[in-house]
Amino acid sequence: MAAPRLARAAGSNVLRFVPQANLANLDPIWTTQYVVRNGSLLIWDTLFGVDSTLTPQPQMVEAWESSPDFKTWTFKLRPGLKFHDGEPVLVKDVIASINRWWMRDSPMGIPIKRRTDAIEAVDDRTFRWKLNQPYPKMLFALGKSSTPCLFIMPERIALTDPFKQISEFTGSGPMRFKKDEWVPGAKAVFEKFDGYVPRAEKASWLSGGKRISFDRIEWQIIPDGATAAAALQNGEVDWVETPLTDLYQMLGKAPGVKVDIADPLGNIGSFRINHLHAPFNDVRARRAVQIALSQEDYMGAVVGDDTSLWKTIPGFFTPSTPLYSENGGEPLKGKRDYDLAKKLLAEAGYKGEPIILLVATDVAITKAQGDVTADLLKRIGMNVQYQALDWGTVGQRRASKEPPEKGGWHIFHTWHAGADCVNPAPYTALNASGDTAWFGWPKSEATQAKIEEWFSAPDLAAEKKVVSELNKAAMDDVVYVPTGFFLFKQAWRTNVSGIVKAPFPVFWDVAKA
Amino acid sequence: MFSYIIRRVLATIPVVLMVALFVFSLLYIAPGDPAAIIAGDQATPADVERIRESLGLDRPFLIRFGDWFFHVLRGDLGVSIFTNLPVTHMIAQRIEPTLSLMSLTLILSLSFAIPMGVVAAWKHGTWIDRAVMMTAVLGFSTPVFVIGYVLAYVFALQLDWLPVQGFTSISVGLVPFLRNLILPAVALGLVYMALIARITRATMLDVLSQDYVRTAKAKGVGQSGMLFVHALKNAAVPIVTIVGIGFAALIGGAVVTESVFAIPGLGRLTVDAILRRDYPVIQGVVLLFSFVNVLVNLGVDLLYTLFDPRIRY
Repeated sequence: MAAPRLARAAGSNVLRFVPQANLANLDPIWTTQYVVRNGSLLIWDTLFGVDSTLTPQPQMVEAWESSPDFKTWTFKLRPGLKFHDGEPVLVKDVIASINRWWMRDSPMGIPIKRRTDAIEAVDDRTFRWKLNQPYPKMLFALGKSSTPCLFIMPERIALTDPFKQISEFTGSGPMRFKKDEWVPGAKAVFEKFDGYVPRAEKASWLSGGKRISFDRIEWQIIPDGATAAAALQNGEVDWVETPLTDLYQMLGKAPGVKVDIADPLGNIGSFRINHLHAPFNDVRARRAVQIALSQEDYMGAVVGDDTSLWKTIPGFFTPSTPLYSENGGEPLKGKRDYDLAKKLLAEAGYKGEPIILLVATDVAITKAQGDVTADLLKRIGMNVQYQALDWGTVGQRRASKEPPEKGGWHIFHTWHAGADCVNPAPYTALNASGDTAWFGWPKSEATQAKIEEWFSAPDLAAEKKVVSELNKAAMDDVVYVPTGFFLFKQAWRTNVSGIVKAPFPVFWDVAKA
Repeated sequence: MFSYIIRRVLATIPVVLMVALFVFSLLYIAPGDPAAIIAGDQATPADVERIRESLGLDRPFLIRFGDWFFHVLRGDLGVSIFTNLPVTHMIAQRIEPTLSLMSLTLILSLSFAIPMGVVAAWKHGTWIDRAVMMTAVLGFSTPVFVIGYVLAYVFALQLDWLPVQGFTSISVGLVPFLRNLILPAVALGLVYMALIARITRATMLDVLSQDYVRTAKAKGVGQSGMLFVHALKNAAVPIVTIVGIGFAALIGGAVVTESVFAIPGLGRLTVDAILRRDYPVIQGVVLLFSFVNVLVNLGVDLLYTLFDPRIRY
C-alpha cells in the first residue's frame, strides 16, 4: 500500500521541512508550544494577522469598525471562506473559537473575556462584540503571533473543553492536515487545500495572500542537529528551521546551502528569580545579581563569538521594535561590580545559605546560561547548588512555591521569543502580579500599574511613554534579569526561494526550482 | 519439552507484571510533569494545574495504576498524553523500522563475527588473530553514535552512495530498504559483532584443545569440517548465550542509532516519550521490550537443546 503513495508523493511538488521540534499534537489552544502554532498556521486561519511591522491586518475579516470609545466592535467575514470539509465558515464557528481561545490566553484572551458583555451574531458573516471597558488592542489580540493565537475552527471542534485536546484537525487554512500519514516524532504531512481563496494583498508574515506553491509540505522530524545538517547538505531535506549554532559556519560554506537569520525579533535570555524566598525576596539580593551579571558572558556561552548574532540589552523589550526602552537599565551597563554585589547581599541578610539553581542540561541554551550563573554566583560569594536536570523536570520543579530546602528553587533559566516581548500584552514573563504571575511570582505594583496603563494607551506615543516607565519599574524591582538578546539562523537549499525572516516559518510564497 | 515451554511462557506473566509495577512506580516518583510541557513556557501555573487535572495526573497512585493495569489486561495500553493516539497504534507505526534494523544488525553481526572468531581461534597467535581482536576491541570501545556519524560522513556526504537518514519500508523495495538501513545496521552491529567475535574465539580456543578434536584430525576430518561442524557446534552454547544477552544491549543501541539516523522506530519513540513524560507510551514500550527480552531468553534456552543433546528440560 505504501509504494504507490510514495511514488505519487515523489512525483508531486513537495517541500521537505525540518521543524524545530517534534509535532506531537496539533491543538494550538490546548498547548502553547511554538511548533504546534507553526503547524496550525497552515491548517487554520485567523481573523487578523500581524504583518512584518507587527501591525494587525485583516485576514478572514473583510471589514470591521469600532465605536469611538473602543467598546463596540463589528466584524464581517470575507465571502467564500470554507473549511477543509467543504462547509462554509460562519459566525457561529468564530464565536465558538473565541470562547475556547480566551479561556487559555492569559495575557490577552482572559482580560478581553472579563471586559466582554456579549458577542452577538448579526448574520452568518457578521458579528458584534460588546465590551464594558475600552480595549484599543483588540485587533492585535485577534492577530498576534504569540501563543495561543486565535485560530478559527469549526464550531463542533471549538466546543471542546479548552483543557482537553482536540482530535479532529479541520481548518480553513491553505493546507489540510493528513492525519492518516502522521507519525508523531517522525513525520507530519500537509496537503494543499484547493478551496482556499488567498487575499489579494501581498503576503507579509500572518497577513495577506497565503499562496502555497506545493502540493505537499512534509515535516520530517530529525531530532539530532548534526543529522539534520547532513541531510540538508545531501539534499534529502529542503529547509531546516533551527540548525545547530555550532554548525552555522560549516553550513554557510556548504555548496547548495544558504544560511540566514531566522527570526529578526530574536530571543531574550532570562535569569528567572524566585521572589518568594530568601534571599531573593529582598530586592537588594536581586539587585546584587543584576549589577554583577555580565550579558557578554551569557551571550558568548549561548551563541558564541559571532557578535552579529547577539547584543546586550539593558531593557526588557525586543530591540529594534517601537517600544524598546533602556530607561532604568543602568544596572546592566558598564563594568560589573562584584564588591557592591557582595555588600548588597550582606545587607539583604544572606549568610551563605545554599542557592538552588535548576539547570536543564538537555537544552543547550539553558545549560549555557546555567553554567555562567553558577560561576557568577560563586564570584559574588553565594553558595550555589547546581542541580542538573532535564527540561521536563525543571518544568515541574519551577512550579513549586515551597521553600528551596523543601524541593523549591531559587533560580532557573529560560528564554523568551522576541515576538512575545514586543509589548506588554503577550509578555507573560514581565507580569508582576505576585501569586498569579509567571514562575518566580514577582510582585511589583509599579510594574503592574504600568502594564494596565499600557492596555488603555490610545496611540503609539502614549504607549512608548508608558513602556519606558514600565521598563524602569521592572528594572528597579528586578522582575527578572535579561541575559541578552540573541538571534538564531535557519538554513535551506539554494533551489528554494521565498524564505523570509519571521518569528515562525512562513510557507506562503516559498517555491522550489 | 512442550510442558517446559508452556511453563516458561506462563512464567513470563509475573515477570512482565513485576516490570509493569516497577516501571509505573518509577515513573510516579520520577520528577517531571507532562502538563508543564503541554502548557508550554508561556502558560501560567494555574493553566498547568488545570491540564494536570484534565489528564488525571492528580489522582492517587493506586487508582492510576489500577486503571492502567485493568486496561492492559484488556489489551489496551492507553492513549498517549501528547498525541491523543492509542499507544498500540503508535507502537504499530514504529515497530517495522526497529524490527528491520535489529534483524539486519543480527544477520550482519552473526555473518561476520562468527567466522572472524573461528578464524582468529584457528590462527591463534598469528597476525590474523591479532587483527581480528584489534578490530573487535575497536568496535567494542567506540560509541555507536561516533561510528554512526563517521559512516554517514564518509558514505553519504563524501561518497554520496547512501542517504544520511530516514527509513524506507521493505514493501517499497529491497534496494531502497537496504540503502537506508545498511549504515545504521553497521553502526549498531559493530559492538555486537565485537562481542560475539571475542566470545567465539575464546570458546573455540577451548574446544580446539579438546581430545575429540585431536581425534577428528587424526581420523582425517577436513579443516573446514572440523572447525565449522565439529568444533563450532560444541562451542555454540556460550555463543548463543552471548547473542541472547547482547540482544538487550542491541535494544539500548537501537535507541541511539535511531536518533543518529533519524529512523522512526521504537527507540526514538521511547526517548521522545521519556523526555516528555508521556507515561502511557513509556509504560507500553517498556512492557513490550521486557516481553521481547523474556521471549528471547526462552528462545536461547530452547536453542541449548539443539546444540547440546545432553541438556534436557
